Amino acid sequence: MHIIERRKIFYIISLILIIPGLISLFTQGLNLGIDFQGGSITQVNIGGKVTVAEVRATVADLGLERAEITRSGNEFFIRTPELNQEETKELLGALEKKFVKVEFLSAESVGATIGKELTNKAILATIIAALAMLIYISLRFEWTFGVAAIVSEIHDILFVLGLFSLLQWEINTPFIAAILTIVGYSINDTIVIFDRIRENLRNKRKEDYATLVNRSVTQTFNRSINTVLTCVFALTALLIFGGGTLKLFVGAMLIGFVVGAYSSICVASPIWYELKNRA
Amino acid sequence: MVQQRNSSFVLISVIILALGLLVFFTYKPLLQNINLGLDLRGGLRVVLEAQENKGEKVTPDTIQKAVGILRDRVDKLGVKETAVYPQGQNRVVVEIAGEKDPESAVDILKNTAQLEFWDEQGNVVVTGKHLVDAQARVQQGGQGAVVDIEFDREGAKLFKAATAANIGKPLYIVLDKDVISGPTVRDAITDGKAQIEGGFTAKEAQDLAVLLRSGALPVSFNVIEKRSIGPSLGADSLEKSIKAGIIGILAIFIFMLGYYRLPGLVADISLVLYSLLVLGTMVLMGAVLTLPGIAGFALSIGMAVDANVIIYEHLKEELRWGKTLQAAIESGFKRAFWTIFDSQITTLITAIILMWLGTGPVKGFAVTLSIGIIASLLVALTFTRYLLVLLANFSKNTKLYGV
Repeated sequence: MHIIERRKIFYIISLILIIPGLISLFTQGLNLGIDFQGGSITQVNIGGKVTVAEVRATVADLGLERAEITRSGNEFFIRTPELNQEETKELLGALEKKFVKVEFLSAESVGATIGKELTNKAILATIIAALAMLIYISLRFEWTFGVAAIVSEIHDILFVLGLFSLLQWEINTPFIAAILTIVGYSINDTIVIFDRIRENLRNKRKEDYATLVNRSVTQTFNRSINTVLTCVFALTALLIFGGGTLKLFVGAMLIGFVVGAYSSICVASPIWYELKNRA
Repeated sequence: MVQQRNSSFVLISVIILALGLLVFFTYKPLLQNINLGLDLRGGLRVVLEAQENKGEKVTPDTIQKAVGILRDRVDKLGVKETAVYPQGQNRVVVEIAGEKDPESAVDILKNTAQLEFWDEQGNVVVTGKHLVDAQARVQQGGQGAVVDIEFDREGAKLFKAATAANIGKPLYIVLDKDVISGPTVRDAITDGKAQIEGGFTAKEAQDLAVLLRSGALPVSFNVIEKRSIGPSLGADSLEKSIKAGIIGILAIFIFMLGYYRLPGLVADISLVLYSLLVLGTMVLMGAVLTLPGIAGFALSIGMAVDANVIIYEHLKEELRWGKTLQAAIESGFKRAFWTIFDSQITTLITAIILMWLGTGPVKGFAVTLSIGIIASLLVALTFTRYLLVLLANFSKNTKLYGV
């Protein structure tokens, strides 16, 4: 496989994948959920044929004109600024009065301070985890591998963040789980290819780094494809048969896994080649 | 040779049978004993933050006292599984699992429950500190419910003095600075018993009695995070996740079997053992399974499958180089070991850091992922390897190995 010869094409593909998301991140930002921003989400199931507009009117009567209301089947999600206990009760009471069959599903309120803490901790954890990875890979392999792995991780994170920004999908708990899963999978994938490069380096054939990387990628290609395929099969099954709220999460993972597999082969390996040739 | 082949066949059958029996007898107790998070079973989680008054510092002692009082209140609700614990410098977390009406349980938690009796001028004459008992009582004739309270000896003395001094005037009953009622005193009350009327419903009176019996919190608290999940949503999420999990695993099973043939079967058997091991560890550790936790579990299954894929790809490679099956298994494993080790340890490092630094969802994810990675390393390097060696005795037809 001629990964190295075609690396410029891959860099361009990566830029095409990432730049629209980056622009979106800077212009419209992320659609932060209550976990990060603070606020309340009240979730109810309303029987009968009720429209979002009817629910909105009821909610607006309580002075919550800025509430965002979304529905999925008979389930309504009412997002408002942070409500205290009395306000939550008023809201539920008003809904029960207006509509016939109202079933309480959940009510979550998060203060702004909690949201800030979660953001800070998530960022801190990501940075420390990246540093620890860098150290481990540098010790077990060589610093060039560590740096290349981190670059490919950043590639994946930027892509997923950009995608969520472009589509204005809400950044919430499921998102955190999805991005962590994607990153975890992608590291695993990268290391398997690097392991083969390391093995081939030890065998000291008379070949340049380009041939060596190409050979290593070819040798691990079956495994890369099969592992990503098993995950894709499992996730597609979930996408088809899983529940409604799960779909967004699974969809994000599916895209993330494919990009993770791509970046391990087409980003991490060429970056290592560039570093190795210059080091 | 034939004998060796037969004994391998018997061993493999015994292993499959034993594993089948193990699954049959353990999956129900495992699923019943696993600690489900609030997102999967419904319940309430509230984070309370102490409000510092001027001049009054919130000390670890204050928080400890508050934890005790809140635990008492929650216990009196009569729910089984609860957790009350301090968080950081000035916070208390209360978790109540499986509560049918999580929203109304919040009321019991957030009130300071500072009971005071005021005279007409607004002087505090006696407080709830002196209470020994409080009981709700439904009045006859549909007049609502009241709370009977009883003071200790000192309280009774204070109350007697206060009532004696205010005959013909109102005495206000104040809870958390809100006047509940202001009955007019007719006679001095000497037995230290009184009644709080406030047009309560039976439930409200019950809650108030619980609050008064548990005593007032040493400081007032604000709710800074509240998640109440109704029982139907929790059950729905759980059902969907289980269904999704089974579908995902079945898809993996079929793929492995179709692509890798005989070794694929080994992988599938290993995955069954692996899943049992992860669930068992979670039960033994008392770890909590949440929705993000399920994502962590899913990733770890993916990595366990990957360990198998790596082994088989090495195995095929060695077979193509013309090695005998036994030699190929031997050296394939040796080479696969470090690949699997390095790739999974790198992920494990990340998981452990997330477990250490993360909160809530991140932590739930990291815990199951860590358990999963360790279990996958163990199973792949011992059980899977042993099964493959047994299989090699059983059949030497390399076609069955997907070559």
